Amino acid sequence: MDWAALSLSLKLAGLTTALLVPLAVLLARPLAWSRFAGKTLLEALVTLPLVLPPTVLGYYLLTAFSGHAPIGQAYLALTGRTLVFSFDGLLAASLIFNLPFAVQPIQRAFDAIPRAAREAAWCCGLSSWQTLWRVELPLAWPGLLSAIVLTFAHTLGEFGVVLMVGGNISGDTRTVAIAIYDRVQAFDEHGAAMMSALLVAISFAAIGAFHLLTRRIGQHER
Amino acid sequence: MSAEGLSVRLRQKSPIALDCALECAPGELLALVGPSGSGKTTVLRCIAGLERPLAGKITCAGNTWLDKNVAWPAQSRRVGMVFQGYSLLPHLTAQDNVALALGQLPRAERRKAAEDWLARVHLHGLGKRRPGELSGGQQQRVALARALARAIGAQPTVLLLDEPFSAVDQVTRGKLQQELARLRRELAIPIVLVTHDLDEARMLADRMVLLHHGVSLQSGPPEEIMTRPGNAAIARLIGLSNLFEGTVGGRAGDDVISLEWQGQQLEVAGNQDAAPGSRVSWVIPPEGVRLHRRGRAYPSEGRNQVTGRIEDRLVLGPFTHVTLRPAVGGGPFAFSLPSHIARQDDVTPGAAATVTLLPQAIHLMPWEG
Repeated sequence: MDWAALSLSLKLAGLTTALLVPLAVLLARPLAWSRFAGKTLLEALVTLPLVLPPTVLGYYLLTAFSGHAPIGQAYLALTGRTLVFSFDGLLAASLIFNLPFAVQPIQRAFDAIPRAAREAAWCCGLSSWQTLWRVELPLAWPGLLSAIVLTFAHTLGEFGVVLMVGGNISGDTRTVAIAIYDRVQAFDEHGAAMMSALLVAISFAAIGAFHLLTRRIGQHER
Repeated sequence: MSAEGLSVRLRQKSPIALDCALECAPGELLALVGPSGSGKTTVLRCIAGLERPLAGKITCAGNTWLDKNVAWPAQSRRVGMVFQGYSLLPHLTAQDNVALALGQLPRAERRKAAEDWLARVHLHGLGKRRPGELSGGQQQRVALARALARAIGAQPTVLLLDEPFSAVDQVTRGKLQQELARLRRELAIPIVLVTHDLDEARMLADRMVLLHHGVSLQSGPPEEIMTRPGNAAIARLIGLSNLFEGTVGGRAGDDVISLEWQGQQLEVAGNQDAAPGSRVSWVIPPEGVRLHRRGRAYPSEGRNQVTGRIEDRLVLGPFTHVTLRPAVGGGPFAFSLPSHIARQDDVTPGAAATVTLLPQAIHLMPWEG
């Protein structure tokens, strides 16, 4: 069992979820409720990671993050660290390839909130910010939960992009998914089986918890 | 119009054409009446600040909410709004729904104040329930309590009601209407009620504004609009049936002029400033058409009598709707009478009958050429 890989995977999944879900809320709100120029383009861009082969996405991210590209250079200048083959780069890539998994459930949840509910809040004197906290987020809660679970589970399981951008550096960028691949390559069937079973268990627990929680919310509403 | 009341002028071409003016004084209940699609909800939303017309001016409680370069957001207007379908927030209890509108109070006092408002709309002890656990009528009361809590704060503004009785059954509707009629006597703020139901407007409103295709056609006490519509189009819009055409004759007496209709001279009483010889449309409400009872004299000395045959009879519980086709042509006249009288006098289709048109009930309107 590669505990370093497991803790790295959990750290990556946790950080990605914590950073991406608030970002997704900000993105999903205008996508659900506003009309603006370039909305269709933005929606397509958000969905793109869902259909692109991970290697293609990984290739472009690797190119953009490299020390020869503006993004990579800017990051180096700002932080003194590189984006390729580092945890920072892995996190950045993770935020991008998880966009559809975080944005889409939240956007659908916001879509389902009747406009009249928000208008009622405004007529009660709630500001846009108060309306978000006291009306929109509580009503969109199942969508948020769904985004959290999907993002977390999907980050744990992502392989292609992580391998392309992060390489396979133990303790730095080697996640469980990659460690499993390593074990198989090294004919360590027992190690591969252990880690695979663990990933299944964690993912199953996450999805199970999600279903339990949404059912409890449903009972509350009724 | 005092500065404390509500004054609204709206004008725009699109997306919905609006040309509307209305005033509502504190303590007054104004009904905004029109068929569906007439723009009445849009007018209400403009007052609430949920929609912004291209041009217009709205003042309320001494503040200008909308004018050139002025447009207060809904949050600042402090209107109490009861939405069609109520828009209660499903994740909050009744108490918290009301407390949401009490943001001006310190946090600790909101619950208590919300409970007081709920008690005022007869929902004592139901504050802990969520909207899903309340009946339709109870939900409407929560919505009303929330709107009142908002409208009657530090500075009272206006209460807006968008079809508040349309989503409940008839028995509950009657009860809620009575409650509103009772409650409004204690409220010193302008109340605007949007409804498509003329009877509701007649029952609850001090004045009504008739809206059609976004244009306010006539305003006044409901009784006056129902019996003295401004023109034939308005008469048709509010569903008046006895609408005819005629020619104004001369003066027939003090405050009485004659009206020629189908070769017959009718007397019209009341202050009718119609020029002799002019074509007019005229209308008489069903209450102004009196059937001559069998075997009884009708003390009208033959004036304004119309004879004909009963064309149709429709028994609607205690009242029977009857139409009479005049022998001189034109018509028919619609009126109703208690069902037991219709039975006694054998008012059946084909039977001969005479009615008198009450001179004071006949209302003349400009002829629409």
